[in-house]
Amino acid sequence: MKITEEMVDYVAGLSRLRLDPEERGDMTRELEQIVSYMDVLSQVDTQGVEPLSHVLPVCNVTRPDVVEPSFDREALLRGAPKRDEATFLVPKAVE
Amino acid sequence: MTWETVIGLETHVELSTATKIFCSCTTEFGGAPNTHCCPVCTGMPGTLPTLNEKVLEYAVKASLALGCTVTRRGRFDRKNYFYPDLPKAYQISQLYLPIGRDGQVPITWGDGERKTIGIHELHMEEDAGKLVHDPWQDLTQCDYNRCGVPLIEIVTEPDFRSGEEVIAYLEKLRSTLQYLGVSDCKMQEGSLRCDVNLSVRPAGTSELGTRTEMKNLNSFKAIGRAIDYEARRQIERIEEGKRVVQETRRWDENKDATYSMRSKENAQDYRYFPEPDIPPIELSDGYLDHLRAEMPELAEAKQARYQAQYGLSGYDARMMTGEKALADFFEDCVALGAEPKNACNWIMTQILRKLKELGAEPGRMAFTPQSLCRLLALVKEGSLNRNTAVAVFDAVFETNGDINEYVKANGLSQVRDTGLIESVVSQVIGDNPQSVSDLKAGKEKAFGFLVGQCMKVLKGQGDPKLVNQLLREKLEKL
Repeated sequence: MKITEEMVDYVAGLSRLRLDPEERGDMTRELEQIVSYMDVLSQVDTQGVEPLSHVLPVCNVTRPDVVEPSFDREALLRGAPKRDEATFLVPKAVE
Repeated sequence: MTWETVIGLETHVELSTATKIFCSCTTEFGGAPNTHCCPVCTGMPGTLPTLNEKVLEYAVKASLALGCTVTRRGRFDRKNYFYPDLPKAYQISQLYLPIGRDGQVPITWGDGERKTIGIHELHMEEDAGKLVHDPWQDLTQCDYNRCGVPLIEIVTEPDFRSGEEVIAYLEKLRSTLQYLGVSDCKMQEGSLRCDVNLSVRPAGTSELGTRTEMKNLNSFKAIGRAIDYEARRQIERIEEGKRVVQETRRWDENKDATYSMRSKENAQDYRYFPEPDIPPIELSDGYLDHLRAEMPELAEAKQARYQAQYGLSGYDARMMTGEKALADFFEDCVALGAEPKNACNWIMTQILRKLKELGAEPGRMAFTPQSLCRLLALVKEGSLNRNTAVAVFDAVFETNGDINEYVKANGLSQVRDTGLIESVVSQVIGDNPQSVSDLKAGKEKAFGFLVGQCMKVLKGQGDPKLVNQLLREKLEKL
């Protein structure tokens, strides 16, 4: 599958990433390489093989519905690039 | 031309678990911003979400109650979107293998009209956080207390043709989920939220028109009005030769109108893929049998039972079971010895009237089944006539004041019912011909005896002045 610069722009847009022309070129080449590996995988005969979404042979990993203390707010906010006393601050987002 | 409105619903219901879907933070409503949070629900790198077993249980119970086929081997999917209400930049949801599919919900509305609404799917997902847009700075504050609160989303087929049907379905859904105990379904607090997909087409055709999606509908009343407005808007556009644009519209309660939210371009590309952090879910026969056995009696079964066991009409049975809190109230009254039809009558005429007046919900009223039973008993034993009882009810309802005390304090327990006293007087005169002739012969003492007899029949609660007066009048007419 061919990755075009338009595709890279589209995906970057969805992720709110701004790429300069150089980054865009690098990204296109790298994604192309990654996706071309899928062509290798596509050669495997998967007739009659059930799709697999998880590799570990585990299922139903759950926890009981018991409240544990929440985190210290200060500790959660500490790493935020921008914050006020009680909340994370982000550039104005309008629906 | 006659037009047909076609509606499908997406309803988000908050599950009433103690903790969030993927972490052990509390789901309690309110709280200072970001105090019900941890690294998992604030989307910190390197954290691992773990599914709350109660969420799974509630979602399966809801699926079973809505007649869905439960997905025996399921999983979660990752819905990618970049918006700060979800700090991970994705929502853990279910797309490919929702927990429930192909359900049916029978509804009844109006004068007993019926139909069955198809449920396309029911899936589990996490709620998003709350954003507050600071009007002074170009900034948005993020509060993640609600982030990770468990939701089920219930998607119907486009089976509705009117707002009435939609409201009947939502009432049914609310009652079912309340009976199951999986959600309190409070629209005001946002634990039941509804998006309405609506299109119109010429009556008799089968192709669907272009639909719009309406959001921000936070009461049944708003939903009914928004549906009427939006159907009219679309019909007018088409009749003017314009076309309906597929878009999301917001209902403005104050203006009684919907307006376009100018949906962003590329908005619908969520790039779903299987959620790698949550292992698959496999449900055994034993697990499902266990949950089936735990299912409570739901509204429809209750309706049938109320009709068969208590002799209520179909309409009354429907009204009694519409909300779990009301059905509980009714059943408590019956358990306390109230005559079922009588209790039902009082609930329908007085309690529902009072709740409507106060804009209150049955689940939140102070008035208890004990109080209603006390009142019914006073009416039954003749201490209060019905009108007085209603006045007492009005006075004590809001605070659940003590009925006996109120009656005593206001001297209401005396019988002042002229009709009742008159009938007692006639009875006493008929039963005591000797005293009547004594009185005619001038023995005034006999009058006192007759008054005494009347009071005895009235259990001492007759208003003495009234009894005297009415007895005198009756005797003079003899």
